[in-house]
Amino acid sequence: MLEVENLDVTYGRTRAVKSVSLTVGEGEIVTVLGANGAGKTSLLRALQGAVRPSGGRIRFNGRDLTAQSPAARVRDGMVLVPEGRQIFVSMTVEENLLMGAYLRKDASVDRDIASIYERFPNLAERRYASASSLSGGEQQMLAIGRALVSRPRLIMLDEPSLGLSPLFVERLFTLLGDLNKDGIGILLVEQNTTMALDIAARGYVLELGTNVLEDTAEALASNTALTEAYLGGHGETATEEPARLA
Amino acid sequence: MSGYMSGILSILAINIIFAYGIFLAVATGQLNLGGAGFQAVGAYAAAYLTATFGLSVPLTLLFGVVLAGLVGVAIAFPILRTKGVYLVLATFAFAEVITGAILNSEELGGAMGISVPAYVDWYVPVIMAVCVIGFVFYVMSTRFGLAMRAIHDDEQVSDLMGVSIRGVKVVAFGIGAALAGLSGGLYAVSYSYVEVQSFNALLSIYVLLYVLLGGTQTAWGPLVGATFFTILPEVLRDALPALKTAVVGLFGDADNVAPPDESWRFVILGLMTILMMVIRPEGLVTRTMVENLQFWKKGATSARREVTEG
Repeated sequence: MLEVENLDVTYGRTRAVKSVSLTVGEGEIVTVLGANGAGKTSLLRALQGAVRPSGGRIRFNGRDLTAQSPAARVRDGMVLVPEGRQIFVSMTVEENLLMGAYLRKDASVDRDIASIYERFPNLAERRYASASSLSGGEQQMLAIGRALVSRPRLIMLDEPSLGLSPLFVERLFTLLGDLNKDGIGILLVEQNTTMALDIAARGYVLELGTNVLEDTAEALASNTALTEAYLGGHGETATEEPARLA
Repeated sequence: MSGYMSGILSILAINIIFAYGIFLAVATGQLNLGGAGFQAVGAYAAAYLTATFGLSVPLTLLFGVVLAGLVGVAIAFPILRTKGVYLVLATFAFAEVITGAILNSEELGGAMGISVPAYVDWYVPVIMAVCVIGFVFYVMSTRFGLAMRAIHDDEQVSDLMGVSIRGVKVVAFGIGAALAGLSGGLYAVSYSYVEVQSFNALLSIYVLLYVLLGGTQTAWGPLVGATFFTILPEVLRDALPALKTAVVGLFGDADNVAPPDESWRFVILGLMTILMMVIRPEGLVTRTMVENLQFWKKGATSARREVTEG
């Protein structure tokens, strides 16, 4: 479904992403792992069109999207849930969800928003409350709900578990599993290596902008040398910096 | 109605329309400090067309709106490439260019101004202001209005959601310029005289203050801001001498008080501006405040229901 070939992202003279290739199949969960500064966020920003790659190619369902706007990608069914769950803080919960449907002109938006509320009863209760009044975990659910309203076929998430309580991390990964059962492909960038490899089918490991490893999730999970060398061991998630709260 | 009251109503209505013009730009995160320039375009279009071609008032107003809107869209493309303080300076420079050009144009009367052979009573600007208020509230309730607020909140994420940032900004800036032009046209036909000196930098600053101090989060802000800051100097006109008499009265000699200097009104206005910025940086009317008012209403009705059901 998504094919990325030799992607380069350059900021000024810094090459943040160097010749990275990856694929995500229809309905597949793929994870991209790597320490801070490995180029994961730059990769996602390029995939969503927020930065123009300096080289390489992005194809989605056979269509070349390398030079397309973010809007074109959302229309084609790719959507990014940005890091730090950047919801629109001056809007209500419902208005945030409506923003997810910004490009849709069909009549079934209301039905889709209703189904989001079914999935996240917490949001339904607070639908007319300001989004800034939600807890961190609820804001992450809202950011994902907003992405879902665009009816994606591939949802990309940038560090969704960052700063969440263990309970919400658990719920988040259950949710990703559910979405995947509904046939949505997932590209998951995570520092929570254990959970990510647990849910994903395949994984890529980035270091300093290059793709250093690529394997099935099982093989990566059993590769202890990997976790120590590139990802700083299992204890990492516990010492993470607190999340930015919009 | 006294001439004084109708004069205040006219200028209040004009200021409200003007403030909504600037609000539409500010609501998409663009500080527009060129308000006087757009108002001058509208005012001079109306004045010139009436004086030279004898066009009717509705027609000249329409011309002013369209011309200011077109100028707004035309300069929006280059100007909106700049950000933050540079955008503020660029809009400011634009207004200086407009007024400078008028000042040096013999055709437009130069420093002499143009006297306008037309006059409208206070209710014309007031009716127009009501229409503009309704229009802006409507715009803010549409998908376009939602996109404007999204851009104000977070441009990057709006981009990810597929909002055309440039498009929304240009349209909002252009409509805002058209409204500022309308306020200028109404000014010309209400006062029957335009001179370029009245469209100065201070005017641009004041109207931006109306908007910022009123609040940019909801469409109530400019209405409250413009009303407050138009009425306040008038209230102070009477209140200030009374205040001085009272203060001097504390020390005995209340009968021989010279009225305070006019400029004290503006000192107080300035102090209030600073106070507002410190106490309420988001402006007088915030979204939370509007929501609370609505909740209060809802709460009241549900409480009543409980009483009747219980």
